[in-house]
Amino acid sequence: MKLQVPLVITFLVGVFMAVQFFVPHEVGQGGYEMLLKWARLVGAFALVLGIGSLWRTHGDKIRRRRPDWPYSVVALVSFVVMVVLGIVYGHGEHTGFDWVFRHIQVPLDATMFALLAFFVASAAFRTFRARSVEATLLLVTALVVMLGRVPIGELLYHRMPQVSEWIMTVPTVAGKRGILLGVALGAAATALRIILGIERSHLGGAGGSGEGE
Amino acid sequence: MNFWERILALDRRWVYVGIALAVILPITLGLEMTLGTTSPPTQDFYDAVEALKPGAPVLIAFDYGPSSMPELDPQAKAIVRHCLSRKLRIICVALWPTGTALARDVLSSVGEDMGAVDGEDYVNLGFKAGSVAVILGLGEDISDVYPQDAEGRKTSGLAVMKGVKSYADVPLMVDLAAGNSPFGWISYAHERYHQKVAAGITAVMATDLYPYLQTGQLVGLVNGLKGAAEYEDLIHHHGMGVRGMSAQSIAHLWIIFLVIVGNIAYFAMRRASRE
Repeated sequence: MKLQVPLVITFLVGVFMAVQFFVPHEVGQGGYEMLLKWARLVGAFALVLGIGSLWRTHGDKIRRRRPDWPYSVVALVSFVVMVVLGIVYGHGEHTGFDWVFRHIQVPLDATMFALLAFFVASAAFRTFRARSVEATLLLVTALVVMLGRVPIGELLYHRMPQVSEWIMTVPTVAGKRGILLGVALGAAATALRIILGIERSHLGGAGGSGEGE
Repeated sequence: MNFWERILALDRRWVYVGIALAVILPITLGLEMTLGTTSPPTQDFYDAVEALKPGAPVLIAFDYGPSSMPELDPQAKAIVRHCLSRKLRIICVALWPTGTALARDVLSSVGEDMGAVDGEDYVNLGFKAGSVAVILGLGEDISDVYPQDAEGRKTSGLAVMKGVKSYADVPLMVDLAAGNSPFGWISYAHERYHQKVAAGITAVMATDLYPYLQTGQLVGLVNGLKGAAEYEDLIHHHGMGVRGMSAQSIAHLWIIFLVIVGNIAYFAMRRASRE
């Protein structure tokens, strides 16, 4: 039962959503709107699950005194502070929640991401080598696109932005479109496997296929 | 240790100092560079906004966080300024929790500057969990997905929402994104509801979205800080986008210099080891 009921629900909802997309009837439309509301509710519950997972993971780390456990204390205390500030005092402009967001979360988040510039520069210096024809092609393309993305590139060569734009719109799109088509076909196949109950990994367990079960 | 070995063993902190100076000096000195040619995707975005009639609503999604503010905030400010100057109504939503506060900051700073009124000229509906379900829900009934705005006001009672029920009443949707949200807006808002979608993105996402630009599924694309600078230039209001261009130019040159020097050192060493 624990396996059959979810499989039947998945099949019925999957088939319904596929059919109503192609059949514009008011019954289908009503069901579609109802399912959308349900999906939003499920989305909200996913947040609850995420919070539960956060507490379980960090709580476990603190209890077992695993390496860097004090950071888990910081994470949980920060979580409680934000929730209390948001629920008790609101989350609008000029509230405590807003203050913490602006003066703690924004600079911390921005700092973490800003470090990437330093690592990219260091990695480019140490590892970006023209070791082969392919690597040379990649290197030259990267340099042209980098120059095309800044005004100084146009000062060095007046057609640099056009060359960079051509790289982006012709060879890059050609490669990317091939990848996208592959991904789309894979996604459609996976969706079909889930609707038909062939793919069952989302119901728990390590197995990706229901074959032989 | 010969000269090239010393170059390859250079302490990485010198590389870091170079990047820090390349970013800090141009911005603090207020160095501005002439922008040159506007890229076609930015021009298409600008033209799409220009084509809207005064009073038309524009839906803007703030799907990014503080880590992408340097690239996306200048874009957001320029786009909001352009919309307000054209007397377009702005309806903001967020699929990222952080988007609510970021939208509030952009709307209040630009709105105050332009003399726009919250609730009449713009509204921030805030974050709603559910991602794809939210995108699809907006195509049916916006006030059903957002009964209240981020300030707790009833959405359907706001002047800015007058005559706006779903995508059918919104001629343009803009996604300011640092993640994969544009794919959701394209796949569901555009494909299901034929909503016109434009996007403002971080530069690193550009290769993923150019195919959609070519097919017309995106009507315009503001790409990274360069796109923000180009947009600021188009609306004749220079801000952090244009100021950031000098820093980005010098940082790119520094990285290119490092790559070239690193390769010269690598080939010199390889040649020496063969000999």
